[in-house]
Amino acid sequence: MEMTGAQILIEGLQREGVERVFGYAGATICPIADALLAAPKLAYTLVRTEQNAGHMASGYARVTGRTGVCIVTSGPGATNLITGIATAYMDSIPMVAITGQVPSVQLGRDIFQEVDITGATLPFTKHNYLVKNAAELPRVIKEAFHIASTGRPGPVLIDIPVDVQDQLVTEVEFPQDIRIRGYNPSVKGNDKQIANVAKAINGAERPVICAGGGVFLSHAEDALREFAEKTRIPVVTTMMGLSLFPTEHPLNMGMIGTHGNVSANKALAKSDRLIMIGTRAADRAIFSPDEIQRRMPIIHIDVDPAEIGKNMLPTVPLVGSAKVILRQLMDRDLHVNCGAWLEMLQEMRREELNRTYPEKEGYVFPGRLLRLLGERLREDAAVCVDVGQNQIWSCKHLRLNGSRFLTSGGLGTMGYAIPAAIGVKSAQRSRQVVAVCGDGSFQMAMNELAAIVAHKMDVKILLLRNGVLGLVRQSQVQAPYHGPYGVDLDGSPDFSVIAAAYGIPSLHLDSEAQTEETLDRFLAMEGPALLIAEVSPDWKTTD
Amino acid sequence: MKQTISVLVENRAGVLNRITSLFSRRAFNIDSLAVGVTDDPSLSRITIIVDNDNTVVEQVEKQLYKLVEVIKVRTLDENALIGRELMIIKVSANKNNREHIMTICSICGAKVVDISPTSMTMEISDTPERVRTFEDMMRPFNILEVARTGVIALQKGAGKI
Repeated sequence: MEMTGAQILIEGLQREGVERVFGYAGATICPIADALLAAPKLAYTLVRTEQNAGHMASGYARVTGRTGVCIVTSGPGATNLITGIATAYMDSIPMVAITGQVPSVQLGRDIFQEVDITGATLPFTKHNYLVKNAAELPRVIKEAFHIASTGRPGPVLIDIPVDVQDQLVTEVEFPQDIRIRGYNPSVKGNDKQIANVAKAINGAERPVICAGGGVFLSHAEDALREFAEKTRIPVVTTMMGLSLFPTEHPLNMGMIGTHGNVSANKALAKSDRLIMIGTRAADRAIFSPDEIQRRMPIIHIDVDPAEIGKNMLPTVPLVGSAKVILRQLMDRDLHVNCGAWLEMLQEMRREELNRTYPEKEGYVFPGRLLRLLGERLREDAAVCVDVGQNQIWSCKHLRLNGSRFLTSGGLGTMGYAIPAAIGVKSAQRSRQVVAVCGDGSFQMAMNELAAIVAHKMDVKILLLRNGVLGLVRQSQVQAPYHGPYGVDLDGSPDFSVIAAAYGIPSLHLDSEAQTEETLDRFLAMEGPALLIAEVSPDWKTTD
Repeated sequence: MKQTISVLVENRAGVLNRITSLFSRRAFNIDSLAVGVTDDPSLSRITIIVDNDNTVVEQVEKQLYKLVEVIKVRTLDENALIGRELMIIKVSANKNNREHIMTICSICGAKVVDISPTSMTMEISDTPERVRTFEDMMRPFNILEVARTGVIALQKGAGKI
């Protein structure tokens, strides 16, 4: 069987079960485009800037559990994608990014649109490849998908020079199995350590589970819920763990961290046993790791051994997949009795969930708006949230009644929400998908309204407009800084006109009295729609 | 305190770049790094000296393991290893001090590999401490140039990494 490198790539992708790729055209990927032309079963989404191909692939991967794929050209196409790759890297999203490259015989001579993308992405990829012989492609593709989707998932980049894409291979062999000598992630937890974990949990009077994005990545949502409900241990989550439990689940104390819920941070502050599952205890979630490790025993369950002991020294480390380990743990004799502790936390949580919000004429307070939005979403909805005040308010106040919450946590990349929502919708057409963003982040991704329209996607966008880059401004108006600088979104367009230019209708909201009715109308609209809510620039996330 | 880490990696283009890039972005301080192919041509050994005081050696090991080309990482026991460094050193020399330099070479086990009317070049391969001692002894003679390889090391005994 004789195939070109490009044809091998497309065949290889399909053998890995890829159904859709996100990309942007370019000279050095014309052979790949040509092979895609001959493979109509592989769907294609054209983005409007390459970074968003990464974000779309990310949204797609997170809701399907499969590896997202993006394909861009060399040079500026590849460098534009770096932000998308780095975003996926920081949140451990399984992704294979394919970049075109100048002809292999001309590498290193500053050819038109040449960049050392493999060198540039060393810090942001689990692994990367520069393929100089198309005969290697079948193995490279299989390895890339394996590395991207196993252990701690992450992006893998494959850089393919255009002459390699055109190279004819006469005896193409797609390997059935591959063996990578230096790559062997642990899945099952060590039995002795499992026993130690069980012992550590059983001794606790005020335990708390801290669950993060790793629980989603290992598909352990159900296992975690079962484990928590069986042991009746209260749960807090990091930002990446939001929506593991519905907001009002009796064991859910909310999000911890710098911008978290009071009840969650209190739970962490007063507990005597911290059980970390699928989280890396990063600086935003746990801002005083030294204090915590001094105060109480810590159990750290994670698939990446390098995360254990990186930020905090655990008393009981346990390496393996969260899903497998939770099952192993549930086979053990677990007898925790922390009813009084749980009740105390639930009381605090109830108070917080029923709090009132500030009001200001001509504006709507995002906390209230997001709570009401959450209550109206279908149970299977997906909310893609951007970065900034819109994100923090969503984390704290969005009522999640079974909906999935997606955001850019590790890198905090503005402009994530809209392309991620497109990625989600591409995978699950009948799912209710809402994107929440601010006017800063909307302007970073609004060019993708074209993709929404081109693919006739019912994606609802909630834009919290305050005319400023709110979260930064919030920091600048308090010590140690002296005032806002470079955070005014002067010259911003009328966003409803922008949306209308794409054929997308919009609604406006500037009065609390109108909120519920407007939200109902917004969510009931057929097809994509934009809801612009007026928010006071002086409001803080701590309000 | 210095720690010696021995890393077995796949002998492929770009591997050294991956290692140094990792060290740079993780802010690991390394004193020296030496790399060479092993008896198995598909594998290279990299010997890295880190300063234990500023860098958590356990994290270095774990982060190295995350690289796909890294096969094995071992922190060697400082009390039970054989460590060697090669240095070539060129000093100013003339008929007045040549003999003196020769005496020091003879004491330290250094070999003269080049000579000119105004200079002498010596090579010494020994433990890092003895190499340093020789260099210190050469300093009064005005060192013109120095090149060193960095430390390579193997653990004593019959075990292998």
